[in-house]
Amino acid sequence: MTVLCLVELDEGRVADASLRALRLARDLAGPAASLAVAIAPPADPAALGTEGPVLAELGDQGVATVLLLETDGLAPGAYAPAALARGLASATAELGAVLVLAPANTHGQEILGHLAAIADLPFVANCTTATWEEPGVLTLTRQRWGGSLLEDARLAAPAALLSVATDAVTPAPAVTPTTPTVLVHRYRVEAGELDVVATTEPGESGGVALSNARVVVSGGRGVGGPEGFGELEELARLLGGAVGVSRVVTSLGWRPHREQVGQTGTKVTPELYLACGISGAVQHLAGCQGARHMVAINTDADAPIMARADYAVIGDVSEVLPVLVREVRARKERAGR
Amino acid sequence: MSDIPTRASVVVVGAGIVGNSVAFHLADLGWRDIVLVDKGPMPNPGGSTGHASNFIFPIEYSRMMMELTRDSTRQYAELGVLTTSGGIEVARTEARLQEFRRRAGAATAWGIPSEMLSPEEVAKLVPYLDPNVILGGLHFPTVGVVDSLRAGTIFRDRATGLGALRVVAGVEVEGIEVAPRGATGRGPGSRVTGVRTSAGLIETEHCVLCGGVWTPRLARMAGTHLPLTPIVHQMISVGPVPLFADTVGEIAYPIVRDVDTNMYERQHGGDMEVGSYAHRPILVEADDIPSNEEAALSPTEMPFTQEDFDPQLAEAVELMPGLLGDEAVGIRYAINGLISMTPDGHPLLGETPDVEGLWSAAASWIKEGPGIGRAVAEWMTAGRSEIDVHEADVARFYPVQQTRQHVRARARESFNKMYGIVHPAEQWESERGLRVAPMYARELELGAVCFQTAGWERPQWYASNERLLATYGDRVLPRSGEWESRWWSPIVNAEHLAMRDACGLVDLTAFAVFDVTGPGALDALQHLAVAQMDVPVGKVVYTPFLDDAGGFKADLTIMRLGPAQFRVVTGAAHGLADRKWIVDHLPDDGSAVLTDLTSAWTTIGLWGPRARTVLERVSDDDVSHAGFPFGTCRTIEVDGLAVLASRISYVGELGWELYCPMESGLRLFDTLFAAGQPHGLVPVGIGVYGTTGRIEKGYRAYGNELTPDYNPVEAGMARPSVKTADFVGKEAHLGHRSAPPAATLCTLTLTDPRVGGPEARYPLGGEPILTTTGERIEDELGRPSYVTSAGAGPSIGTHLLLAYLPPALAVEGTELRVEYLGERQAVRVAVAGSTPLFDPTNERVRS
Amino acid sequence: MELLVCIKRVPMVGGRIAVTADGLAVDTKMLGFTVSPHEECAVEEAIRVTERHGGSVTVLTLGPPEAAEQLRDALALGAHRAVLLETDGREWGPAATAAAIVAAIRDREATAGRFDLLLFGNEAADSADYQVGIRVARALGLPCVTAVKQLEADPAGGPEGAAGRLVARREHRGATEAFAVALPAVVTVKEGINLPRYPSLPGRMRARKAPLDTAAASFTPDPLERRKLRVPTSDRKGAEILGRGPDAVPALVDLLDEMGVLA
Repeated sequence: MTVLCLVELDEGRVADASLRALRLARDLAGPAASLAVAIAPPADPAALGTEGPVLAELGDQGVATVLLLETDGLAPGAYAPAALARGLASATAELGAVLVLAPANTHGQEILGHLAAIADLPFVANCTTATWEEPGVLTLTRQRWGGSLLEDARLAAPAALLSVATDAVTPAPAVTPTTPTVLVHRYRVEAGELDVVATTEPGESGGVALSNARVVVSGGRGVGGPEGFGELEELARLLGGAVGVSRVVTSLGWRPHREQVGQTGTKVTPELYLACGISGAVQHLAGCQGARHMVAINTDADAPIMARADYAVIGDVSEVLPVLVREVRARKERAGR
Repeated sequence: MSDIPTRASVVVVGAGIVGNSVAFHLADLGWRDIVLVDKGPMPNPGGSTGHASNFIFPIEYSRMMMELTRDSTRQYAELGVLTTSGGIEVARTEARLQEFRRRAGAATAWGIPSEMLSPEEVAKLVPYLDPNVILGGLHFPTVGVVDSLRAGTIFRDRATGLGALRVVAGVEVEGIEVAPRGATGRGPGSRVTGVRTSAGLIETEHCVLCGGVWTPRLARMAGTHLPLTPIVHQMISVGPVPLFADTVGEIAYPIVRDVDTNMYERQHGGDMEVGSYAHRPILVEADDIPSNEEAALSPTEMPFTQEDFDPQLAEAVELMPGLLGDEAVGIRYAINGLISMTPDGHPLLGETPDVEGLWSAAASWIKEGPGIGRAVAEWMTAGRSEIDVHEADVARFYPVQQTRQHVRARARESFNKMYGIVHPAEQWESERGLRVAPMYARELELGAVCFQTAGWERPQWYASNERLLATYGDRVLPRSGEWESRWWSPIVNAEHLAMRDACGLVDLTAFAVFDVTGPGALDALQHLAVAQMDVPVGKVVYTPFLDDAGGFKADLTIMRLGPAQFRVVTGAAHGLADRKWIVDHLPDDGSAVLTDLTSAWTTIGLWGPRARTVLERVSDDDVSHAGFPFGTCRTIEVDGLAVLASRISYVGELGWELYCPMESGLRLFDTLFAAGQPHGLVPVGIGVYGTTGRIEKGYRAYGNELTPDYNPVEAGMARPSVKTADFVGKEAHLGHRSAPPAATLCTLTLTDPRVGGPEARYPLGGEPILTTTGERIEDELGRPSYVTSAGAGPSIGTHLLLAYLPPALAVEGTELRVEYLGERQAVRVAVAGSTPLFDPTNERVRS
Repeated sequence: MELLVCIKRVPMVGGRIAVTADGLAVDTKMLGFTVSPHEECAVEEAIRVTERHGGSVTVLTLGPPEAAEQLRDALALGAHRAVLLETDGREWGPAATAAAIVAAIRDREATAGRFDLLLFGNEAADSADYQVGIRVARALGLPCVTAVKQLEADPAGGPEGAAGRLVARREHRGATEAFAVALPAVVTVKEGINLPRYPSLPGRMRARKAPLDTAAASFTPDPLERRKLRVPTSDRKGAEILGRGPDAVPALVDLLDEMGVLA
């Protein structure tokens, strides 16, 4: 029996979201089943290498098998969700995998969606926990409403697909590391499955991606206007982070939608979430509940964000932020960072 | 979350416009350690203030509401949050145009600028309005919009700045702690000891409920009840309107009230807000309002129910086709906004009768909020408010008027009348027959047409008396005007004449009746009454009660039934407020006790020149003038019933008020009715008792002539001397007596009811009195002269008006004008002071 | 171009969602209903395509009779036709939903011709299953792009025999992924692709009277069996206040240093 997990690479390392999905996959595999990963989009086998950081990282996670999906017409690193799902279906059949997991992000869920359709399997999205009630029966919890509501459910199926709510699962290494075996799995695509292939264009921001930023400096209505975001951008730059915004800010047309954090925007899992002038509507908090630390700057000590933040500064963003930027810059210069 | 004070002089619950205003005015009046609690965040905790459309029309049908609005507008202006935009009510029907003329008259009476406009003139001010849809408009140039949230913040800041206020946001009131009131003779009840919140207990003796739609729930926490229901008012905001793109500020065009469709249109920045009172009444329970956390917008911005609003879209587009019919302009915001409704549409102000220290300041609109805050704070501080708010007294509702069913039925019925053309005498359709007299069935057989007061069904006139119309012909002063003929019948005047000619039987079951008993009873009433109460047993005393400033607080009769037993009789409408006033002044030692006997006793009035003859037929007691003088009372036997007879009269005739237990009321009625038949006795309705009979006699009515802002000297009710015993308001009263009055109550007659046409028109009350050149009249205290009561004087042969006039005009023979329906009718001062026009020497009552 | 937009009626929830006493459903007694936000954008996008290239927009929903309200919302915005696959109010799983939609599409296409572009919201606001659009595309043999934040449809482009082409863009980890596909195709869009318009008053008035095509949909149970819905609890106790105004900045920077984010 095998539990298969989809893994994505990020600049030559296992992506953080994938590590979180792996945690749940490993728990479900337990001692009884073997943990396999499929790298998607597939890496160049040569680039992986046996000593490479990726294999070591996967070994730390207790992964037994690493699959490199290969088919004609799709170069390593190329992203074609329908084809990759076909490859996974083929690998799943070959390995006899009973579960396929993936992080609940765009690639992971898209591939699972295709796989569900191909293999006619149930696909449960945004799981936070899952355990075997008995063979073939899972007890699981998943997020609804962007995490504002949890659903406890039971899934009886010989095989199933789960996407993992990455903001609800913390990555952890396996007790017993392994040395993964790398297998190249060749598969054949069906008609049309290579018609949808991603072409990557450089991101507009050019900076750190919001979804996996270590620091998110986020602004709400309390920033005062589009001009106020200059300080946020500067602070994000100094902290090596990304700028996020609340929904009202995009609705007002102050910032582009891609920066929106929340239930209908991006979900973030940074070390620090700095909420500037954000009152803290639950739809917004749903997007940043995975933050390790939350700090709020707000004029209103009774705003809902205060209940969720770890620390707060009571004050006007336009007064606090310029001083903060100056101080951070000075501190970094002093430390020679 | 927040650390909250454990002790406060007063806890104000609810930080909407009212709560903030109450907190500020209490602070301003010297209160300290005030705590303002709200479960929501500042500055918009999520109540009705937060979604209000925030506009203020100065005109109201109730003088109290007008004064509260006027005061609020002044306060908003002082706070710097008022923008004057002007406002126009538009008419789509002829009936509405006539209503505008009445409304303009009311505006004149109260010194509010207004102007009738043609459709084209309206369109000049509101270029996006189609003049072809309307027949005209009524323009109020002083209409404005306010920032009520900002006003609340300034109120809080000022109170905080005085060191008087702590604001506790995000803390929910979970209970109101009460303790028994103690053996004070005030009957059962309790007093406030603390307010329990989600952050802990605040000990306090005073709690003011300013929680708007939540106040019923808060009141229940203290074990009492507030008759209020949340109800939906739908509003949409449409934009961006190209025409508004370049306007500066929140509003540049007048607000339009499309009153015939129950809607309004109001510019709000780049959007047009369209509000409606035309949809079906949508009632919500206070307990069902979502929490701040669960609400999609705010708790009182409930989900918009499109299907309820859809039918009104066409009318809105019809009125403003270019603007609202623009395909590029969208509905950006739409809510079912919750507002508060009470059974009679007035706010709920004052201390609750059941719970000492528990005050209500609920069911306010934005336009009255600051004024209500001031009035309640003054009331709490000094026992009275500058603006007379007795109409809004929370103590005005009897238990049958406080039930959930009653509140909801009345809210449902009145909702669509929000912009309605409502006659002053208009009767409710719902919740009738709640309180009926023991002879109600008999009255119906006699064709009684009942009006409702304080829940009681009272015959206004009897259809069976229609036969009298032939007898009296034109003496019944027939009316041809549609408006004055509504809720009226010439039979009233025929009954009047029949009573004066023979005698009448009047059902007065609705009287509120209280016994004040105990060793301290005399002192307690002596302390309240202007008149001497230390009278022999068997005397009947008619007296006002005054407030500390010497204004009228009540007007009632008191019978001394024993050395330590007094029976207080007062009108149904004010019974509860009068009861509370007495109870509040009873001694703490329990030596005097009030017992409410309203539901135990029925009262029948028997009056007219033949009243004695009729009574003698059914009673062996001596009811001769010598044996039963005017102003006395005693129990007599009538057809086997023990009946308390009181020889007084509010209609100026010989006769008695006859009191007997409810269960014997039918027998008493039948007995008197049968005995009277050979003597021409007719059943007589309240139309005579309350209007024609008393107005011919110049008798004043509480709430009309007798209000807290006038005093006995002005009302012509000062006695020759003032008793030595102290009483509430005595000092002020002495002051009033020592100086000439600023106004005198006068009786005026219509010189000619036919004006502006062949039709006789009769003012109904509330109209402005003007000089012959059309100038408004105000006395030196700034009080305008208006018609306090109006009614036929069939025995005089003309229509009569009562009005306070400044001394220079309060001279018999002075020619004046009254503005009615846009016309000015000539009137003459017939009596200055209290001398009756009918039977000036009062021979009838003393015969 | 002929477009189909599939929408879902969902409650308009507030900050905290209330659950019914049995724990099996969201308590909607005091809630309004709306079209899922991603789908609102799908409707807007479809209308924009027809405004540019002509054609018509059909909106389809699977839901209770009350879901007619959401169809009328879309009609008020400018959609041309509406189809209600009427359920008995039970919640459908994603696989059954997709199957019902596929059947309805085949049904319509048999008489009214093909849809050139089928738009979905990326995931429903409530269940967020992320698969209905993909399952529909697979069943119909159409290409599918998900999470789309920018869309250019061109009825004239595309290979021989295609109904046109589209270029769809989305963000993935800070970069933009672009997909060029031939029409007909399925696209699932995300909020932010556009700012949906608001309904005009004339639009509402038209929608009120517009006819709806209604067909019954028979329920198929989902293998996922609900046991309980619950609101997540937070063990956070509220923020520690570092100070007021700019004076608090040194303490804040010390804190950032401790967190290790200054490096």
